[in-house]
Amino acid sequence: MTSATFRIWRGNAKGGKFQDYTTEVSEGMVVLDAVHQVQAEQANDLAVRWNCKAGKCGSCSAEVNGSPKLMCMTRLSSLPLDKPVTIEPMQAFPSIRDLVTDVSWNYQVKKEIQPFSPREPDSADGTWRMEQYDVERVQEFRKCIECFLCQDVCHVLRDHRLHGEFIGPRFFVYSAALEMHPLDTVDRTTELANDHGVGYCNITKCCTKVCPEEITITDNAIIPLKERVVDKMYDPLTKLLRMFRG
Amino acid sequence: MSTRGQGEANRSMDYESYEHDVLVIGAGGAGLRAAIEASSAGVSVGLVCKSLLGKAHTVMAEGGMAAALANVDDRDDWKVHFADTMRGGQYLNNWRMAELHAQEAPARARELEAWGAVFDRTKDGRILQRNFGGHKYPRLAHVGDRTGLEMIRTLQDHGIHQGIDVHMECTIVELLKDGDRVVGAFGYDRERGRFQLFSARAVVLASGGIGRAFKVTSNSWEYTGDGHALAYRAGADLMDMEFVQFHPTGMVWPPSVRGILVTEGVRGEGGVLRNSNGKRFMFEDIPDLYLSSTADDEEEGWRYTQGDKNSRRPPELLTRDHVARCIVREIKEGRGSPHQGVFLDIAWIKERLPNGAEHIKKKLPSMYHQFKQLAGIDITEEPMEVGPTTHYVMGGIRVDPDSQMSTVPGLFAAGECAAGLHGANRLGGNSLSDLLVFGQRAGQYAASFAKEQGAASINQGQVEEVARQALEPFERGEGNVEGPYQVQFDLQDMMQAQVGIVRTEGDIQKAIDEFPTLRSRADRVGVQGNREYNAGWHTALDLRNLLMVAEAVARSAILRRESRGAHFREDYLQKDAEQGKLNTVVRLDSSGEMQVKQEALPPVRGDLQEIIEDNK
Ligand SMILES: Cc1cc2nc3c(=O)[nH]c(=O)nc-3n(C[C@H](O)[C@H](O)[C@H](O)COP(=O)(O)OP(=O)(O)OC[C@H]3O[C@@H](n4cnc5c(N)ncnc54)[C@H](O)[C@@H]3O)c2cc1C
Ligand code: SF4
Ligand code: SF4
Ligand code: FES
Repeated sequence: MTSATFRIWRGNAKGGKFQDYTTEVSEGMVVLDAVHQVQAEQANDLAVRWNCKAGKCGSCSAEVNGSPKLMCMTRLSSLPLDKPVTIEPMQAFPSIRDLVTDVSWNYQVKKEIQPFSPREPDSADGTWRMEQYDVERVQEFRKCIECFLCQDVCHVLRDHRLHGEFIGPRFFVYSAALEMHPLDTVDRTTELANDHGVGYCNITKCCTKVCPEEITITDNAIIPLKERVVDKMYDPLTKLLRMFRG
Repeated sequence: MSTRGQGEANRSMDYESYEHDVLVIGAGGAGLRAAIEASSAGVSVGLVCKSLLGKAHTVMAEGGMAAALANVDDRDDWKVHFADTMRGGQYLNNWRMAELHAQEAPARARELEAWGAVFDRTKDGRILQRNFGGHKYPRLAHVGDRTGLEMIRTLQDHGIHQGIDVHMECTIVELLKDGDRVVGAFGYDRERGRFQLFSARAVVLASGGIGRAFKVTSNSWEYTGDGHALAYRAGADLMDMEFVQFHPTGMVWPPSVRGILVTEGVRGEGGVLRNSNGKRFMFEDIPDLYLSSTADDEEEGWRYTQGDKNSRRPPELLTRDHVARCIVREIKEGRGSPHQGVFLDIAWIKERLPNGAEHIKKKLPSMYHQFKQLAGIDITEEPMEVGPTTHYVMGGIRVDPDSQMSTVPGLFAAGECAAGLHGANRLGGNSLSDLLVFGQRAGQYAASFAKEQGAASINQGQVEEVARQALEPFERGEGNVEGPYQVQFDLQDMMQAQVGIVRTEGDIQKAIDEFPTLRSRADRVGVQGNREYNAGWHTALDLRNLLMVAEAVARSAILRRESRGAHFREDYLQKDAEQGKLNTVVRLDSSGEMQVKQEALPPVRGDLQEIIEDNK
């Protein structure tokens, strides 16, 4: 048995500090295991979110040695253990306590996006026909586990704090899944441009790099949405038609 | 108490009040579906859950949702699904629930598609279905191996536009009663630790399972049997609590991931189980009930997994209880893998399929990732090591099969926390369909019950008592007292060893004798810190529920002197025809003691019995 030191942020919205905990580590452990061990042995009241411990629920997001990670999928063997491992909460959201942040903003944002609305069923029994080929694009987006790590890393939210004008990469993925859904009939381009701030994204691709589900957020979701916006809002013919219609 | 201010805040009994016509406790598939239904019936609905929305257990389901859509094999229909479910449950199922489930699952699956779910497709563009243990035909609608995510996200994204009030990260600690009737619930918000009171005309429990009562489990911290315990304390009957499903394939190595699920979908796609001699041991022991429907040899089994309609299923796809016990036998008899499991090999299909590795990654993407990231194993190259893990509880709150109302007026239950549908053993894929079928029914009937009720009054005395009890761990504080975690660990060790996959009277009795000690330890635990997101406090409060359900499992298990489905008694190896006609019922008696007795099953309706015989 060897031991390692974990430098965990303890505190709440009013402030806090890092505290070191040394605990035994064994083969195969992930960061979340170490946090749980500290919680059970040394700090019963340590606050941390988790559910599945298998990268499926997106609850255990945090910053490990400065990078946004799912704690349950980050093996200790991938980290240098000769110095303390720092574990801190996501920075793009307000602190609640210790490693837990207030992510409720994300839930409000989702509500503002127009929901799915399908075309009339294709067959008399009320069902639709879709080719596997046609749904694959959307299925990639629907892998999202809502860990919000992409939101955490996006400079528009993290540094510029434009939470009021910009929905963030997670919700561009969500909008793209709806826009590209073979059955959906709603057009969301106007609000994507005007209210949801797709224009703020300058394609740094930081979000794509941290996505634990390996969704190609920028190339497959955001860029096509930007193109749709351009086509619809700035295409001369469409513009003309809009003027015409008043 | 460290400071006076904190001590006072910790002691505050203030609470916020909310009023809803229907209160749904739990936001997994069952709770969300119930809330959507109740809301569409025109009543006001509140939905509470311990985690954030979208993180409930349902998100973890992998393999799929069973529904006789007959998209892949047109011989399938609700009757075959019904018969499969009854056979899988060893005829202890509530026949009416099995009937409704098989009949209504297809409509519930299609409805998900209408709400935006994107299932994998057949060649002619319909919902694709896959093979799973105990299902005669390919029946599981799925999305790769992340079906639960698709289901919960679809319900969540639809539900947030239905005017439902969602209270996330809120834990209910007690149901409130007015006379006989349940009229609300009391809990605390996890973030700040403030108390919350919900008054309601009807309450739906959709709180999931009890897996945390065992040491090795695929279940998260949420599964402490809260709903079971809440219902029990409110006077409702629990039923068939001895039936706990041990899934045959959980990860066994490294130690920190022990118990995490390896989906049955691996076997559905052609994965095989081998012991340390390289032998496919599942061919050696095939139960009589399944002899005629199991492949004769490896060749036929392979053809079945590849969709050949004239072949029969390989023995790896027998029911979970049986596969789990065969694995235990191999390990016990010294033919296990290095880390006390057996080998599950999907990589071998590369011998049969030209693009085998790609095929595996496409069909089982999250398994591929899970092993790669957590165990450093590439499943397209090497076999996995797997062993049984506590997965699901068939037992639960006894409900009326049509309305899902418990034996207490105003209290409904749906999903994993309700009993009846699965009998002695659940078939894979029958849970996700259960959530939708009975979530919908519970929502509908709770709404109509709520409409018929006058206002009820909240008993302030009960509220104060519950609040006082909830704060006791702080009163005992940090002093020289035990924390909650050690008690939880000891309970889990005991249940695993004494009331696990293989049971005997002596072992179970030992467990039963331990409960008074564990309970008094739990009653004395203390917690440090304040009420904000305090995991120690939460664990201390959950302990009471965990102990209650564990005791119900043990006391029910000792009463059933036979082996049936998931309940395996080494001292009674055979099924017993007489006991096969009895359900085990647990209730709180008037003196505050746990009463366990056996009651006769309702006899199966004639036409359904014929369906069962026809499908034998
Ligand atoms: C890894 C895994 C894979 C699975 N794969 C499949 C599969 O492929 N097919 C299949 O059919 N089944 C599968 N199952 C089983 C199935 O997923 C579950 O049985 C099902 O999702 C349970 O759903 P539910 O709605 O009853 O409860 P859950 O989804 O667990 O939701 C319970 C809810 O209740 C809330 N809650 C609990 N207690 C309280 C309280 N005290 N106060 C407030 N809220 C509370 C929780 O926060 C949560 O929101 C799988 C299970 C696991 C663990
Ligand atoms: S690519 Fe766009 S959305 Fe993604 S991190 Fe960069 S700015 Fe943010
Ligand atoms: S898109 Fe990826 S990083 Fe962003 S929330 Fe979803 S899973 Fe997480
Ligand atoms: S605990 Fe579910 S993603 Fe980490």
